[in-house]
Amino acid sequence: MSVLTRTPAPLDRSRLSRLQGRARYAPTLATVGLFLAMFAVGAAMYPGFLSGQVFLNLLIDNTFLIVLAVGMTFVILTGGIDLSVGSVVALSMMIAASLLQAGWNPVAMIALVLLTGATFGLLMGLVIQVFEIQPFIVTLAGLFLARGLCYVISVDSITVTDPFFTSMAQARIPLVGKLFVSPGVVIALLVVAVAFYVLHQTRFGRTVYAIGGGESSALLMGLAVPRTKVLVYGISGVCSSIAGILFSFYSLSGYSLAATGLELDAIAAVVVGGTLLTGGYGYVLGSLAGVLVLGIVQTFISYEGTLSSWWTRIVIGALLLAFILLQKLFTRKVRLT
Amino acid sequence: MSALLRHRLTWPVLALVLLLLLNQLFRADFLSVRVQDGHLFGSLIDILRNGAPTILIALGMTLVIASRGIDLSVGAVAAIAGAVSCMYIYSSPDPTSLRTAATGVAIAVVAGLVLGAWNGFLVSVIGIQPIIATLVLMTAGRGLAQLVTDGQIISVSNDSYQAIGAGFFLGLPISILIAAAAFGVAGLLTRRTALGTLIEAVGINPVASRLAGLDARTITWTVYIFSGLCAAVAGLMISSNVTAADSNNAGLYIEMDAILAVVIGGTSLAGGRYSLVGTLVGALIIQTLTTTVYTLGIPPEATLVFKALVVIIVCLLQSSRARTLLGRRRRPVTEQSQVEVAV
Repeated sequence: MSVLTRTPAPLDRSRLSRLQGRARYAPTLATVGLFLAMFAVGAAMYPGFLSGQVFLNLLIDNTFLIVLAVGMTFVILTGGIDLSVGSVVALSMMIAASLLQAGWNPVAMIALVLLTGATFGLLMGLVIQVFEIQPFIVTLAGLFLARGLCYVISVDSITVTDPFFTSMAQARIPLVGKLFVSPGVVIALLVVAVAFYVLHQTRFGRTVYAIGGGESSALLMGLAVPRTKVLVYGISGVCSSIAGILFSFYSLSGYSLAATGLELDAIAAVVVGGTLLTGGYGYVLGSLAGVLVLGIVQTFISYEGTLSSWWTRIVIGALLLAFILLQKLFTRKVRLT
Repeated sequence: MSALLRHRLTWPVLALVLLLLLNQLFRADFLSVRVQDGHLFGSLIDILRNGAPTILIALGMTLVIASRGIDLSVGAVAAIAGAVSCMYIYSSPDPTSLRTAATGVAIAVVAGLVLGAWNGFLVSVIGIQPIIATLVLMTAGRGLAQLVTDGQIISVSNDSYQAIGAGFFLGLPISILIAAAAFGVAGLLTRRTALGTLIEAVGINPVASRLAGLDARTITWTVYIFSGLCAAVAGLMISSNVTAADSNNAGLYIEMDAILAVVIGGTSLAGGRYSLVGTLVGALIIQTLTTTVYTLGIPPEATLVFKALVVIIVCLLQSSRARTLLGRRRRPVTEQSQVEVAV
């Protein structure tokens, strides 16, 4: 009996650890909460805001950003960063548009674009890993290189007239009622699902988290650290080229100056989604929520006709700061307990 | 001879000389400087004049990087500085007077100091990683600049203001004189006093320097404020050169050029050791590279590809792994791995 009366202490500890377990979700839950709150505010302020289609349009308008954020999540989880994504998106669009203009088969073209993105990312990963140069500076060079290659392909905008692409741009997949999504949304959500599976159900995903948690520890545990670190940049490259294709579906053109600054949006989405920039903590679904928050900021600004477009950048910057401060607070709490 | 080969400035200077000679090969009058309209005129002067903003920003960036930081927001700060000064001059009752221009410049400088202090606050007080802390301003900064100019390109016609970026004094461009003065002051302050050593100490190990009694927080704060100041003055040069504030394109990618200049100049991105002269040479190499692309008749759009290749090659050469592969300087590798374990 006396044993039972003494149980409160371990019980307390288990409650504490459960709290810590739940605290891991805190930043991501904060993002989801923020999104719901913003949606509620929007619904209260504007008639017609509270509709399923407004929500689905958030997905339709941000398919490429969702895919980019997924790739960026992998990189940031390992504690790295990929600044080249915006340029690789533009490069993919340019390759796609110019090859279609040259009469390529869309499927062969898409395969080549994905291969280019993967190669680009893997090469950057190799340089980072083998030569031990900071990811930031290598991907910065990647940003320059990809953007420069865009200009080499063409300075002018190339219009896409391929029937497959135009049909993808116009296609609407009907859901219940009058709701619909575009094929791009299906692809983007598929990418999210695959990324979720890879991060949480495979050895590779565990290694990604382990590297972010502590690279030397991961190495000492015998995990395939070098290979994984190279591969995450490859994944980011593939995601960038998928995003490029999705952007082409959306804009039906290729333009060298397209997607400038998109890397900032992607990083912002990942951070707002609750992934720690030091690596190790974060969820791909959080990044999806982060993209939706950025998307709803844009929707707000378009609904509020008087606000100009540059408010988007300022609000995204402010959100970024708020979530970084939140992260700071959150990590300090964890260390104290 | 081997000491010369090992000197860290040898290779950047050699690259600069080779680039200039390459230009001379393709254009016989490239290296000639003549006097026209009472001031010096020629490609070399153009390189100095157009390179002045990059040189100035790279100067601020060098000290930030030496303290193991990075400042991504310089391009946005330059845009904001141009925006506030042009907006002030544009909306003032007497837009052509020297007084107005001086006030506009002062406002821009204060804006630069405030934005630099903001970055410094986030890094040193809140303790956010420098890349991320300055990313906030990089993201929001151009929005702020557009907010100031209401999304328009603000054109001003003020001779005194225009002189900053396009004027000449004693036959030399004023912009390069400003950059040279800033270099002189920074060089004196950091190399003739202990300040440079203190910055390096913070860059090598912030915790150890704090334990040694240094006020690491103030030093970090100072370098970001200085970087903000440099960026603001560079922004003034850029906007004055075109007599307009273009919030979208002023100083676009200049942070990349500045970081590149610092890296080429032999300053380690890991913090600590830095070289102001190296940065100067690095910035000149970048500007000459841009000019070379024009001289060789390569489409100017391809400049970015060349810059990317230069960054990659320089970084590869600087990496300890490459040096090991080349078979010299084996020791730094072991030193670095020890540091990594210690961290």
